Amino acid sequence: MTIKDKSVVVIGAGPAGLRAVEALSKAGLRPILIDEAPLPGGQIYRQPPVGARRDPKSLYGFEATKASDLHGLIVRLGDQIDYRPETLVWGIEGHRLDILSNGQFSQISFDALILSTGAMDRVIPFPGWTLPGAFTLGAAQIALKSQGVAIGRRVALVGAGPLLPLVAYQYWKAGATLCAVLDVTPFSPKVYNLLRLMRKPGTFAKGLWYTLRLALAGHPIQSGVRAIRAEGADRVEALVWIDVSGKERRVEVDAIGASFGLKSEAQLADLAGCRFVFDAKSRQWQPERTPEGRSTVPGIYLAGDGSGIGGADVAELTGEMAALSLIEDLGQPVEKARIQDLAKQLDTYAPFRTALEAAYPFPHHLIDQIDDSVMICRCEGMTAGQLRQAVSQRGATEMNRLKALTRIGMGRCQGRVCGPAAAEVLAREAKSTIEAVGRLRCNPPVKPIPVREVF
Amino acid sequence: MSTGLSAPAPASALFHRLSRRDAPEIAFTINGEAVTAREGDLLVTAILTHRATLRKFEFGADMRAGYCLMGACQDCWVTLSDGSRVRACTTLVSPGMAVVIDEIKP
Ligand code: FES
Repeated sequence: MTIKDKSVVVIGAGPAGLRAVEALSKAGLRPILIDEAPLPGGQIYRQPPVGARRDPKSLYGFEATKASDLHGLIVRLGDQIDYRPETLVWGIEGHRLDILSNGQFSQISFDALILSTGAMDRVIPFPGWTLPGAFTLGAAQIALKSQGVAIGRRVALVGAGPLLPLVAYQYWKAGATLCAVLDVTPFSPKVYNLLRLMRKPGTFAKGLWYTLRLALAGHPIQSGVRAIRAEGADRVEALVWIDVSGKERRVEVDAIGASFGLKSEAQLADLAGCRFVFDAKSRQWQPERTPEGRSTVPGIYLAGDGSGIGGADVAELTGEMAALSLIEDLGQPVEKARIQDLAKQLDTYAPFRTALEAAYPFPHHLIDQIDDSVMICRCEGMTAGQLRQAVSQRGATEMNRLKALTRIGMGRCQGRVCGPAAAEVLAREAKSTIEAVGRLRCNPPVKPIPVREVF
Repeated sequence: MSTGLSAPAPASALFHRLSRRDAPEIAFTINGEAVTAREGDLLVTAILTHRATLRKFEFGADMRAGYCLMGACQDCWVTLSDGSRVRACTTLVSPGMAVVIDEIKP
């Protein structure tokens, strides 16, 4: 059996997965690329559905060339890869994937697997966050880029990271009415200057604050916001916040895009048996990844934001890196110089990452203010009070115990939305640490599938 | 009769169209009422450009309208008249689709 007969699968067609299949096909393999979306690009370079196409420049701005290049990869590679869009991997057992595609259930056996499953918004619940009209910041961006709609007629955006000014800028450019742009982290000119000096993507986003201040003259653009809540009877009617000086402010809006950084989508790595490590800076558990992209399970490789938040450019590099490691492990020589070059490029992002984390510290104050009545699980309605009760009355000190006692993380989203916030609430209530309370274990199916498909 | 540009979205709508206003129309229904979407609309867009909600929350007395728009939170499952359920943020609207949305009874 030669290397060409090996079954190699890449899950996720974002920047990491796309660079991975490119490198694999260059080495003579014909990888299977599985992706849930109908078109390649991942969330960052997501393409509008056919019929809603618009020119890349207006969609991706200064990243347009990069986006078009990645989108074109699938066409350029042609049948050198086996591309399977609109396909869900809902389970992994040993070296076999459980697949759902077009309502059809199947399995794929693999010799080697690259997981490039991406990230989603990190959610911190606040009063009113489940009202119709309250979305994540990522959702606000997707609505605009993929559908050409604003999430409301009068929109407020709230965040804690470089995505906030970027989405605000895109909304303003598209002609939406922005009524407030609020960052819950403090603005530090010193850190901003440091970021600017590094000349990396994201730096630009921070610079957008200045443009925005001019563009949205008259509407509040603030950082250091201390608390937020959405008000409304049966939909969002207003956003209320406590500003940096402690004053309460209110603006009438019908939609809010709010979330606070990113978290890895690592459910499949969990099912594959990969060991997880705690990353203190981003306060999340992530599958352990060597600099070369190997997981702790032989034959399984990791790339992109699904195993460490680094952004799109880093994802491209780690995607190629994981592919080269995979090829090497299959016994085919790889160009050592290229590996060294990738490592060197990745190194240049490390100080940038550190500065970015300093610029956007975790908003502990938002966790501290979560009232007992606030819903933590939007799937089934469990409140912070119920979680706290499980700690104070039934002695829960660990996430999976909390799950057994309260059903937190057992809803349809499998803890994707509630997990990080539930862990923060548990850690505080149990006077423990976010690391010590652990993480929710994942069960198949990782996303809802029609019941008839299982039996 | 369709003239290419339909009537402005109702005030009760949540989503607000900023581009593609002249894309070809797609006819579908919400609770039996004939409405139009635009080609390339996801079902969530098709519905929320007419109203502010997608479904009733089954564990409480409120309505939901989706949350992540990337197929992760599962907040946007919508029922069709044949009883099937689809995730509105990852499903394209198609001609004749019949969406059924339970309202909260006061
Ligand atoms: S809105 Fe989150 S899955 Fe559709």
